[in-house]
Amino acid sequence: MDDNRLENVIGNLLRTGVLIAAAVVFTGGVAYLFQHHHEYVHYQTFVAGGDDMRTVPGIVQSAFHLNSAGIIQLGLLLLIATPVARVVMAIAGFALERDRLYVVVSTIVLAVLLFSLMHAT
Amino acid sequence: MTVTFFTLIVCSISALAGFLGALTGLGGGVIVVPALTLALGVDMKYAIGASLVSVIATSSGAAAAYVREGFSNIRIGMFLEIATTIGAVVGAYIAGHVSTHILAIIFGLVLIQSAYQSVARGALESVLPVASDRLGKLLRLGGSYPVRGVEKEYGVCNVPAGFGLMFGAGALSGLLGIGSGAVKVIAMDRAMRIPFKVSTTTSNFMIGVTAAASAGVYLSRGYIEPRIAMPVMLGVLAGAFAGSKVLVHARVRTLRIVFAVVIFALAVEMILNGVMGRV
Repeated sequence: MDDNRLENVIGNLLRTGVLIAAAVVFTGGVAYLFQHHHEYVHYQTFVAGGDDMRTVPGIVQSAFHLNSAGIIQLGLLLLIATPVARVVMAIAGFALERDRLYVVVSTIVLAVLLFSLMHAT
Repeated sequence: MTVTFFTLIVCSISALAGFLGALTGLGGGVIVVPALTLALGVDMKYAIGASLVSVIATSSGAAAAYVREGFSNIRIGMFLEIATTIGAVVGAYIAGHVSTHILAIIFGLVLIQSAYQSVARGALESVLPVASDRLGKLLRLGGSYPVRGVEKEYGVCNVPAGFGLMFGAGALSGLLGIGSGAVKVIAMDRAMRIPFKVSTTTSNFMIGVTAAASAGVYLSRGYIEPRIAMPVMLGVLAGAFAGSKVLVHARVRTLRIVFAVVIFALAVEMILNGVMGRV
């Protein structure tokens, strides 16, 4: 597998991930509009939401309870996961090429991403 | 404002932002954040959260198309992502500790810079180095890209300077919820002497990973509000897709100047509102 093939595989994976995420967000969005279309929005002042919108387990749980905002948030979570998957794929690809230096480089990037995501667990 | 009206107007603005962003290469975030805060009075923290999400969507969505053209360099991208992701986490931390007035002022200044850069671009391709310097060689960053059907080799220089600038680009991305593609291109094109086409496409590839690095922090703070991010993400994605389809036919130069003027006006508005404490 050369660099070009590797990038092609990764590129297609990313696009599929984005499309799936968009479909989930759209589904949640339609449900949300259906249930709440007549309500009024108040976004002038920032108020941090509850754990059900701010942590990975909370989001998954509220999506499984078919809460519309939870479904949207699950879609956004899938979206955030696509670049992470991209880095994982790159590690695998470089490993197949026996390119140790870039396996290490990609692993550092993955570690930073996971460090950030750990905040939301 | 009712939920229906808010969702429709945000979706329309975002679609326009994604469309123009794809045509000019400036990304959608630079329009979405000012539009949400200035026109709709949305708190800046929600705005940068929604913008960050849309940045990931457009970067990942367009990756396949860029890869096919054969310009992007995965080694340069991955190596510099060490700098951008660490920068992004630092930026996202800082965003939680400064007031939105300050964020608005910084945002305005970054907008002015990207507006200027988008009209005053153009590196001298002829004087680009063919061989990498020592560190560039050690990291095997050099590559080749197609120029009128022929593969042309290029080298990579000034790696530490580029790496430092990339840390800055990541920090701005985490601080303001934008892709900061403009700074990434400066780092690669000006500092590291990488060909412009390779710089822009590799930058686009990096934007998604950089944004994902601040996303975890944003999510845990509650900046990513699903009811606002939903119309922004879907709108920007649809707009960017449409923009990428007409890209070849449009008169990009004229459009870029118009877009730069719009962004400059938004920047001034953003700075004034920040100074007067209205954002």
